[in-house]
Amino acid sequence: MSKTQMTGARMVVQALKDQGVEVVFGYPGGAVLPIYDEIFQQNQIRHVLARHEQGAVHAAEGYARSTGKPGVCLVTSGPGATNAVTGLTDALMDSIPIVVLTGQVPTFMIGNDAFQEADTVGITRPCTKHNWLVRETDKLADTIHQAFHVAMKGRPGPVLVDIPKDVQFANGTYVAPKSAKVSHYQPQVKGDIETITALVELMETAKRPLFYTGGGVINSGPAASTLLRELVEATGFPITSTLMGLGAYPASGDKWLGMLGMHGLYEANLAMHDCDLMINIGARFDDRITGRVQDFSPGSIKAHVDIDPSSINKIIRVELPIIGDVGHVLEDMLRLWKSRGRKTDNASVKRWWRQIEEWRAVDCLAFKQEGPVIKPQYALARLEALTKDHPSRYICTEVGQHQMWAAQYLNFDDPNRWMTSGGLGTMGYGFPASIGVQMAHPDALVINVAGEASWLMNMQEMGTAMQYRLPVKQFILNNERLGMVRQWQELLHGERYSESWSESLPDFVKLAEAFGAKGILCSDPTELDDAIMEMLNHEGPVIFDCLVAKHENCYPMIPSGEPHNKMLLGDASTKDAIGTKGAVMV
Amino acid sequence: MSPLKIKKGSSSHSAYDLRDPHAEEIERHTLAVVVDNEAGVLARVVGLFSGRGYNIESLTVAEIDHTGHRSRITIVTTGTPSVIEQIKAQLGRIVPVHEVHDLTVEGPSVERELGLFKVAGTGDKRVEALRLADIFRVNVVDSTLESFVFEITGTPEKIDAFAELMRPLGLLEVARTGVAALSRGDASK
Ligand SMILES: Cc1ncc(C[n+]2csc(CCOP(=O)(O)OP(=O)(O)O)c2C)c(N)n1
Ligand SMILES: [Mg+2]
Repeated sequence: MSKTQMTGARMVVQALKDQGVEVVFGYPGGAVLPIYDEIFQQNQIRHVLARHEQGAVHAAEGYARSTGKPGVCLVTSGPGATNAVTGLTDALMDSIPIVVLTGQVPTFMIGNDAFQEADTVGITRPCTKHNWLVRETDKLADTIHQAFHVAMKGRPGPVLVDIPKDVQFANGTYVAPKSAKVSHYQPQVKGDIETITALVELMETAKRPLFYTGGGVINSGPAASTLLRELVEATGFPITSTLMGLGAYPASGDKWLGMLGMHGLYEANLAMHDCDLMINIGARFDDRITGRVQDFSPGSIKAHVDIDPSSINKIIRVELPIIGDVGHVLEDMLRLWKSRGRKTDNASVKRWWRQIEEWRAVDCLAFKQEGPVIKPQYALARLEALTKDHPSRYICTEVGQHQMWAAQYLNFDDPNRWMTSGGLGTMGYGFPASIGVQMAHPDALVINVAGEASWLMNMQEMGTAMQYRLPVKQFILNNERLGMVRQWQELLHGERYSESWSESLPDFVKLAEAFGAKGILCSDPTELDDAIMEMLNHEGPVIFDCLVAKHENCYPMIPSGEPHNKMLLGDASTKDAIGTKGAVMV
Repeated sequence: MSPLKIKKGSSSHSAYDLRDPHAEEIERHTLAVVVDNEAGVLARVVGLFSGRGYNIESLTVAEIDHTGHRSRITIVTTGTPSVIEQIKAQLGRIVPVHEVHDLTVEGPSVERELGLFKVAGTGDKRVEALRLADIFRVNVVDSTLESFVFEITGTPEKIDAFAELMRPLGLLEVARTGVAALSRGDASK
């Protein structure tokens, strides 16, 4: 099968097979009909018909994030491609490897404003890691193999291959992945050993060290998580993580401080502010993490391990930049640290832990469930209690307060179990992502923690869930508000709640039933456990409409434009907390 | 490298300064970027500059290796040292980019630009234009009884200076290529 003649359309399917693709999420249309014809005539690759191209791309993201394999999408030209743009941007921001194949009008019509023509490579150039327009069938297979290579190598990301219809029909020579051109794109994976040694030396003498880890650990693969755990246990240093990195180090581990950042835990943020050695592994000093950069962790020496050189010194200047793959660098760190005698400044690190314990005692996530209304925190605490022992639980989220509460109240002990839209903050991500996850893990428990407003953004995917019998659980924390927007309006815009209501909501139970799924409504805290169990015990998809308190705010919160040690813990401390400067920031 | 010698803010790779970023001075750098000459590669580079708000003072591009399909893009840009570092790192991320060289910091380099100037006039002004052109060692590539087209090669500063001189002498139109640059000596960059 290394060099055979076939049509472009067949080549696409052959290339996907040779890349080990098992599932394609897509939506047909005129410009991809030849490829759909080939999909029809084979049984190896499963095609999942989404109900909107945005859903297809988020599903591919969920698939990728939960498996470590690239997610694949197939959509038509014009509107199919433009509908994919949000998903591509989302994947770019969160470094998710996906390969999107788009149909295009025939080469001889390109530029003529043909029916369903769009400048797809032009539109998607800034929202892909790389993209290609393939003008010759002979180059098609090679390009698809390159696309997989680029999506996976280095910092992962979305790629797109635009395939005109005449290229799909024409015959050409197929090349298998092994015979494809070797790409010059080979990012450096080994870190500079001198700098790693310098870091290890600093770890030996640090008095207030801290690991600050991110999505890069997950992207590097399970081995990186294992190495991280070993290093943390061996050194006894505290560890915090970004939203994207949850699960790399287990939440049940005793070195775990919880998530950091704008809605991160008190102890995690204060540890960031006060540490003397910050070891950033696969995180990118995002503005949700740093707060005001001028005041960011003023007393620390910072090391930054990242496979993307442009992440280093972009926002925060670091003394020890280490460009390389997290797994490789962790391996070197661990080896060096062991061979040098496994030293740390034990007494100082102990004192550091005592300080951290004091912060921890503040118990920043404490809440009181009282009265007849379910608090969103309580709903998640109960969901956690009732599902944490499930052997394979996967959590997706939408975007808003519920997302932050999910990050705070659900615990992740393994990587690849947490799918959320971090960088782009895409409402409508979670439901389709849960479909992608369930496709990859048919027997797993897949829950999407949703806000009612976000969930409606891609609710058409109920059809997909039903058609493929994907028992995804949609756990909607329904506050009848665009809660996160409302919170900001309360804190920043004089409590003028402009357009932040969810009006005219559907009856979610009836909506579920209209699709043939199960709907559950719960508004009574005393019935919550039973209702959750009913959801878990149901074999098919469930929409769980959990009516929660409408005006609950999400804390802790570092107001925009403030440093870590100016965190708000609860309603009492929030009045006029955010200055006019902070109000400008998002 | 000893850890004890690592002072805060001591990294040679530093691009961000924890002190007031506005205190950093704006610098002008000439970058040479070797790319695969494939469709859209220039759009990627230009899109990077516009998308991330970087400046382009001049940009030239042409294929330099017809068999290997490599092009060389020469970009003159301005920014604080941290921004310049970011620009280089971001350029390096573009998949068809093979090499990024900062000719301003990598050693001595030569820069040349070509300009075409159409100058119209008669009498003294025409004579003066021709005399200055001679001093600048400028070629006359077209002439009529009322006009010249001058061709000048040199540093951008020299071309600027020539333009200033021609302005009062009947300068009608200017076309400039932008900068092409190479490092000096036998090293290949
Ligand atoms: C596509 C998109 N549009 C707008 C926003 C801005 N936004 C962020 S959170 C939010 C409200 C989300 O409401 P809901 O899903 O009900 O979650 P809640 O905050 O109430 O938990 C909005 C509108 C966004 N993140 N994404
Ligand atoms: Mg809501």
